[in-house]
Amino acid sequence: MRTPPDSTKILPSEITPYREYFSRRDLLAAALGTAGVHSIGGFAGSARAQSPGALGALTYAHNAALSVAEPPNSYRDITTYNNYYEFGTDKSDPAENAQKFRTAPWNVSISGEAEVTGTFTLEDILKPHPLEERVYRLRCVEAWSMVVPWIGFPLADLLKRFKPTSKAKFVEFKTLYDPKQMPGQRTGVLEWPYVEGLRIDEAMHPLTLMAVGLYGKTLPNQNGAPLRLIVPWKYGFKGIKAIVSIKFTERAPRTTWAGAASNEYGFFANVNPSVDHPRWSQATERRIGANVFGPRQPTLPFNGYASQVAGLYSGMDLRKYF
Amino acid sequence: MRQIRWGKPLVFLACLLPALRLGVGALNAVEVMNIGGISLGADPVKMLLHTCGRWTLNFLMITLCMTPLRDLTRSMFWLKFRRMFGLFALFYAVLHFSIYLLLDQNGRLGDLWQDIVKRPYITVGMLALLSLIPLGLTSTAKAQRRLGRDWTRLHRLIYAIAILGVWHFWWQVKKDIREPLLYACGLTLLLGYRLWKERRSLARLSAERFARTDAA
Repeated sequence: MRTPPDSTKILPSEITPYREYFSRRDLLAAALGTAGVHSIGGFAGSARAQSPGALGALTYAHNAALSVAEPPNSYRDITTYNNYYEFGTDKSDPAENAQKFRTAPWNVSISGEAEVTGTFTLEDILKPHPLEERVYRLRCVEAWSMVVPWIGFPLADLLKRFKPTSKAKFVEFKTLYDPKQMPGQRTGVLEWPYVEGLRIDEAMHPLTLMAVGLYGKTLPNQNGAPLRLIVPWKYGFKGIKAIVSIKFTERAPRTTWAGAASNEYGFFANVNPSVDHPRWSQATERRIGANVFGPRQPTLPFNGYASQVAGLYSGMDLRKYF
Repeated sequence: MRQIRWGKPLVFLACLLPALRLGVGALNAVEVMNIGGISLGADPVKMLLHTCGRWTLNFLMITLCMTPLRDLTRSMFWLKFRRMFGLFALFYAVLHFSIYLLLDQNGRLGDLWQDIVKRPYITVGMLALLSLIPLGLTSTAKAQRRLGRDWTRLHRLIYAIAILGVWHFWWQVKKDIREPLLYACGLTLLLGYRLWKERRSLARLSAERFARTDAA
């Protein structure tokens, strides 16, 4: 195991334009041979106070094979344009209201159909997992999209540690319920706490990521710190934030958006340009930040990840299971 | 009425401010300039679209406030501004539609038609806009004279337009209906007031008639 000496020091601050960020990173990768780089103590930043300037830098390896080549959105766009109803329904609310959110100490409960269950500290959850950077597309169900350089590790690696039994057909995730800290939870906009879920094969898919950072740093609170889910071929609302509970279940969990409007949001929520939302089209999307007043771009089946994930749904009617 | 001579241009400029702000924001967004830190945020097209939509509703509401204000204050002052506010509702509605057509739909008329037929909230919005246009065209004093009583009848369309407008907003909100609900409550008050007034004057009328037949 090697750690790039001081590599963290020259990782970007929030004002670094992505081009510069990526060119620096490429230089580093070239100098160090990224493939063999693993992280040590990569999560030191999690316990720190989270003003934007004070986010901890992470140690990670760039996973080029699982990253898209498209230019990522700016740090500013990614951290100021968020759907995170726990902190308000306006896109700019989370960046404002989540600043004082406490992400340490943080515990995650593991329960259900698994041999190993119990409550674990965030440090226990994260310790064995080397971090990697993956640049993924993010497609919101509201027909806008971004490209985000996430830092995280495969969810499968985490789940396997708890030895799910043969009854574990689904995985259910829950966000923290703390109305004192999360003003949105004091409103009835959604049912709280937020619940999301995946079929076990989706959860075990190598693309499914537990994210703890972006742009080389600890996740800002508004992006779901300290632990969030990223499923790049599904609509963004599947990517549950501030996870405190992971449960292996035999039946499909009742997820928040599907429960709130089952005719509009399904359990699967795979990105699908040919199945429209009842009230708007999903055929195209607006890429945030790219060519401000430029044309919308076509939405790709499974958000462009069809070759990797379409097999999970062979034989399923995707109009019915939307 | 000296106040009005000065008041009108001032109110006119004030009504333009939201559009000016968006214009500056748009120029900032394409990096032509950077004035006053006015930003349209990460999704400028949506910001333009939604802001113009909101101001259309705001001006519809303001227009509908003028008659109750007249009754309440027993002053004709308010009616001097009614046409201007109505025309600003049309102005922001046309901006809203143009942004939708040119920036959101990239000017593809085929897609626009698809959207109108397939999506009820767009159908409703289009209906509101199309109904607003004849009101704008007949807003001149000349048209008012020519149409006589029909003018009043025609311009009652504003009630339907306001309902369609709020409905259009309500139907596209993902989940948080608080804002459209606020508009709906305001509109209920404004239209409810008119219904109440109508009822009352009808009752008065029939009472008078009754009194007359009684006397005869």
